[in-house]
Amino acid sequence: MTLNKENCLTRAVEAAPLAVFRIFFGLMMLLGLLRFVAYGWVDKLYIQPKFFFSYYGFEWVKPLGSFTYFIFLLCAISSIMVVLGYRYRLASILFFLSFTYIELMDKTTYLNHYYFTSLLAFLMIFLPANAYYSIDALRNSENAFQKIPVWTVNSIKLLLGIVYVYAGLSKLNSDWLIEAMPLKIWLPSKFDIPLLGNMMHLDWTPYFFSWVGALYDLTIPFFLLNKRTRPYAFAAVVIFHLLTRVLFPIGMFPYIMIVSTLIFFDASFHHKLLKRLDKWFKVGIQRFDNSRVLVDKKTRRFSFKTAILALFFLIQLCLPFRYLAYPDELFWTEEGYRFSWRVMLIEKSGYAQFKVVDTESGKWFYVDNSDFLTTFQEKQMAFQPDFILEYAHFLKQNFEKDGHKKVAVYVDSYVSLNGRLSTPYIDSKIDLTQEKESFQHKNWILPFNDEITGL
Amino acid sequence: MKKVWFLVLFAALFVACSSDNGGGDNGSDNVDPAPVSFERGAMLENWADNIIIPSYESFTAELSALKAAFETFKTDSNEANLTALRASWLSAYKTWQHVSLFEIGPAETVGLRLNVNIYPVDAEKIDGFVQSGSYDLTLSSNRDAKGFPALDYLINGLGENDTAIVSKFSTTEKDGLISYIDVVLNDMETLITQVISQWKAGYRDTFVNNDGASSTASVDRFVNDFILYYEKYLRAGKMGIPLGVFSGEVLPRNVEAYYKADVSNELFLEGLAGVQNFFNGNHFQKASSGESLASYLEALNTLKGGEDLAELINGQLNAARTRVEALGSFRSEIENNAPPTNMLKAYDEVQRAVPLLKVDMVSAMNISIDFVDADGD
Repeated sequence: MTLNKENCLTRAVEAAPLAVFRIFFGLMMLLGLLRFVAYGWVDKLYIQPKFFFSYYGFEWVKPLGSFTYFIFLLCAISSIMVVLGYRYRLASILFFLSFTYIELMDKTTYLNHYYFTSLLAFLMIFLPANAYYSIDALRNSENAFQKIPVWTVNSIKLLLGIVYVYAGLSKLNSDWLIEAMPLKIWLPSKFDIPLLGNMMHLDWTPYFFSWVGALYDLTIPFFLLNKRTRPYAFAAVVIFHLLTRVLFPIGMFPYIMIVSTLIFFDASFHHKLLKRLDKWFKVGIQRFDNSRVLVDKKTRRFSFKTAILALFFLIQLCLPFRYLAYPDELFWTEEGYRFSWRVMLIEKSGYAQFKVVDTESGKWFYVDNSDFLTTFQEKQMAFQPDFILEYAHFLKQNFEKDGHKKVAVYVDSYVSLNGRLSTPYIDSKIDLTQEKESFQHKNWILPFNDEITGL
Repeated sequence: MKKVWFLVLFAALFVACSSDNGGGDNGSDNVDPAPVSFERGAMLENWADNIIIPSYESFTAELSALKAAFETFKTDSNEANLTALRASWLSAYKTWQHVSLFEIGPAETVGLRLNVNIYPVDAEKIDGFVQSGSYDLTLSSNRDAKGFPALDYLINGLGENDTAIVSKFSTTEKDGLISYIDVVLNDMETLITQVISQWKAGYRDTFVNNDGASSTASVDRFVNDFILYYEKYLRAGKMGIPLGVFSGEVLPRNVEAYYKADVSNELFLEGLAGVQNFFNGNHFQKASSGESLASYLEALNTLKGGEDLAELINGQLNAARTRVEALGSFRSEIENNAPPTNMLKAYDEVQRAVPLLKVDMVSAMNISIDFVDADGD
């Protein structure tokens, strides 16, 4: 198979894989949301805290008190609509917006898989995932297609491929490969997991996991693409992600990835799956096999859509490399760290004690962070410069409201990275209220005292 | 073939999803404990059997002695008996410093620390209670009128000198005072009895057997409590708050044992010793020791290499002790120096151990702070 326009983009293929993907994706999202609410995390993470950390440029996105539950409800309803393929376009837009809104409310909870979900949700808006086995297709046979252009399926494969390969590339550094860090710290504390527990303290285990992990990420999309290796690759996907599920608190991500990789299978597999599903729902799957082919018309709307998706993927390819524009060690400054598929790469923790100075009276005092932040927020804040800066500005506002004049805020902070002894992190002589958030390098981060080589 | 994959997938999802129980289970129940290089269970056993329970027992004995001393004072309220009562109070208060740290399990349930040592004490409230004779010390709003700080006021703060204090116990107020002290002492005794009996009646096993690694496992929870104690109750409560480092103004009334005036630094040093003994796994009031946070760090270090964190932490705690030992009582340091430079410097030295514990130790042990999804970025 050669990489030409027809093969990769326009060729008509069965719509079933995309329909299956739609159903599983929606289900996973629904489960994830239910799980989130059931653990009481909406309250704990978005209602209880007094202060929320915003993404640069998205300061206006805040939780809405108890109405925050309404956003979760909207998100859940739209995910059900996605599963059913009911008013799919509207549903996928609503899902993307509500889910992304939730993620933007507080960056303390940033997880790569939430970002992945948002991207996937965005992409799905543009895909005809309701062409087959959906209520939309039932309601209006004009919208029902047995075949769709292959780019729609390939775009999902491409996104998955980017996630894996970039996650693999980010592992090619000396801490991961040569020091086996941070697994050397994490694995010994997993002595209590079933079956593998007693190998967690062995010398070679973290090295083995590090190297296999990197190799897996770099190569798995290619093994999934190849028909002959696919079954083995999928088995590897299941084992790998279940292992990460057992070892690390990463919630729904393993399942989402396992289910997503089903998109690589042949249409016959998805047909079988849908047939089985149809035995329960009795919609009559044969009604969708109408031999109609969806062909993209060369309208302005289509050109617009193509342009958006091209830009989307261009950004996906470039964004993870933006760290090259910043000096000093990426893992230390975290400038360009997020949105780059750097998953489980660092064990970092910090301590930040803020000193508030009333520059008119000369009085000063330390801040008890627990007065304003939850334990989780404090932990995340203490080793990420953008959090520290935003919090310092919040402290200024808060204490000036309390009557202090011309408040300056200094921080005494220590950070430990991948098992290195903690060292001072932020220049404690800098009044943080005079610094502004931007995409520029933050020159008040003290330099990293070691070297990590690699990508 | 494809059918098989379908089944594998769903079986996998089912198994995996059903183990997704929020970290409440540490997964160690039916798996025999693996031969790991460091046994968390052995450390928990050492904590429970050689440190926690013995210190509770010792504290209970101290409380009984304190009660006995008060009985003597009750029957014969003279200055000599007041001095003896005060000595018992101080001795019990010092032992308390070795117990306060263990606010987990039964102690957490009854709120031992909150009920036994909330200061500054509300002297006016106590005066009112003593006069009216109607009060309910089990109410959480009355926590600042009971425990050691209340006794501090009642045996050290009622008058200018011992003659004045003793004379209070021969006035019409006598009965009110005596019964108030009785209630305070009984309240403390009831609480500690509850705590120790629960430890012995099953919590010890619960604590020791919960030897996994998760945000609800004993080690993770207790390390969090340990650090909280050091940071909030030892560093901030005993030094930082009275020094005014959190308020901008010195608050001498907030020193521990304000009325006794000359023991606040001694009490701090006892607390610090409690912390360090616990860190090193020293058996309570014995020369022997067992598995501890220090030995755990050493075991981890043999795998990881790098600095000897246990040694660094001990070094920092020693440096803090030296600084504090050189101080006078905290109350005099704060009241007689503006600013209290020496005590501020000592505070900084105490503070320096916080990042070592909170950042380096927690990170080395991979202690969970909270149950939320987090992928370590």
